[in-house]
Amino acid sequence: MRDELPVLHGVPPIPEGSQPHARCQDECFLGEKPEPLKYREAIQRIKNWFRANSLHVLAYGTGCGSIELRPLGTARFDMERFGISTRPTPRHANVLIISGYLSIKTLKRVIRSYEQMPSPKWVVGLGSCTINGGMYWDSYATMKQLDLYLPVDMYISGCMPRPEALIEGFAALMDKIKKGEANGYLDYLERLDWYRENQKKIIHDWDLPDYSW
Amino acid sequence: MDTLLHVIVSLISLMVALAYGLTTGGVVRKIMARIQGRIGPPVYQPFIDLGKVLFLRTGTHHGVMFILGPVFRLAGAAGFYLLIPVIVGVPFLEGFHFSGDLLLVMYFMFFGSLGMALGAADGGHPHSPIGVGRGLAQMTAYELPFGLAVVAIVASSGSFSVFEIVEHQRAAMLTKGVLGWNLFQLPFASIAAFLALLGMNMYPPFNIVGAPTEIPVGPATEYNTAFQSLQMSGRAIFAIAKVVLFMNLFLGGAHSILEAFIKTFFIYMWSIFVGAVFPRFRPEQSIRFFLGWPTAAGVLAVALILWR
Repeated sequence: MRDELPVLHGVPPIPEGSQPHARCQDECFLGEKPEPLKYREAIQRIKNWFRANSLHVLAYGTGCGSIELRPLGTARFDMERFGISTRPTPRHANVLIISGYLSIKTLKRVIRSYEQMPSPKWVVGLGSCTINGGMYWDSYATMKQLDLYLPVDMYISGCMPRPEALIEGFAALMDKIKKGEANGYLDYLERLDWYRENQKKIIHDWDLPDYSW
Repeated sequence: MDTLLHVIVSLISLMVALAYGLTTGGVVRKIMARIQGRIGPPVYQPFIDLGKVLFLRTGTHHGVMFILGPVFRLAGAAGFYLLIPVIVGVPFLEGFHFSGDLLLVMYFMFFGSLGMALGAADGGHPHSPIGVGRGLAQMTAYELPFGLAVVAIVASSGSFSVFEIVEHQRAAMLTKGVLGWNLFQLPFASIAAFLALLGMNMYPPFNIVGAPTEIPVGPATEYNTAFQSLQMSGRAIFAIAKVVLFMNLFLGGAHSILEAFIKTFFIYMWSIFVGAVFPRFRPEQSIRFFLGWPTAAGVLAVALILWR
């Protein structure tokens, strides 16, 4: 299965004829995009500040990495002091952490959860399993490169990364959001066909809806 | 002109209640964190959370009642807050009171939850009806001791108006000082009502509606984006309105802003400190609790009033 997927470097082109922002939930403008105005930029900066300081993580673990997520809530590391908290439902969350290896069975559930989250939303790939398969590089049951299937905004490498590394990663993600550079969710909407194609390549019993609203 | 001014002052008062409710929510999170040995989020974290969800819009649609649920909740909280006097003796801050408003206030306390119950059912998530069922069962259970406490207060002050109940306590305070408060005059009614307040505030051990790890956020599971902001602001105003009502009923009301802040803060913290040290009840344990000692205290309070 590894050989079936091309390992892509750089950003693939947007397929012709696809409607930009067509499935957008936030700041939707179909057709022509208006020129960004000065006050619009200022409002966007304020929005980004609010978003960066209120990260709600979907309390969901996929692999062994989720064991390193738990200490983040405890007295030793305490992620709540940065405004990061966990939410049990995708409707309330805006950060999805893929914590370690992701089996193809789980990928289906992850896709549904990700699509149900309200935009703007961000994906954090945790551990080397999400980057190149890690120690599961030759497994038939796991995916090897997360950004083929979901738009990843931040990778945290390691096997497993310690909670300190996670906090470092969150800080980097917050910086990225404040600068308005964490736009993976827009990429997912613009190139949904490309992501779908990749997802269907490894999920053989595809029974998901066109888009999980 | 006076009516217009009354409306403007009431709206400002409502905004202050919202800000106070959100700040108190932040203080609660900070206190909980300190009890657990953590640093905790900044006190203004609820404002950031509210600001974030305020900017979000959703494309999903679950029906009209789903949209109206959080609106009912906010409207119920605002109506509840505006009916009761906040500071007695200050013009326009005495609320839109009239004789018999206590009955309407008690109705408003449950109006928001009923609206949310109808709206959450439209969301279609299985956790929502479970949470709603638990919430309504617990609500029925704690309304009994609270209702008995209100009957005792009404019988002792001879009025169904919150404003006149405060005036009655003020008259008693002239001779007895602080002991003129209903808290000391009607100790059994106070026990019943303050135990019922634990259930109303939904902190542990009575947080069975949004029970974490069981039905994670209960009725609010499908509510996202701007609906969440309506819920958050409704919850903040509702929490403040409840403690203001308890201040008026039991602690002799307030005659200055400072007094109101101090009294409401301590009433609020009562359920926080209880919540910090107790784990969660199961629904049937919670209901049995309210039908036990709190109801007994309420019956005793009414019996003592009759005997007097």
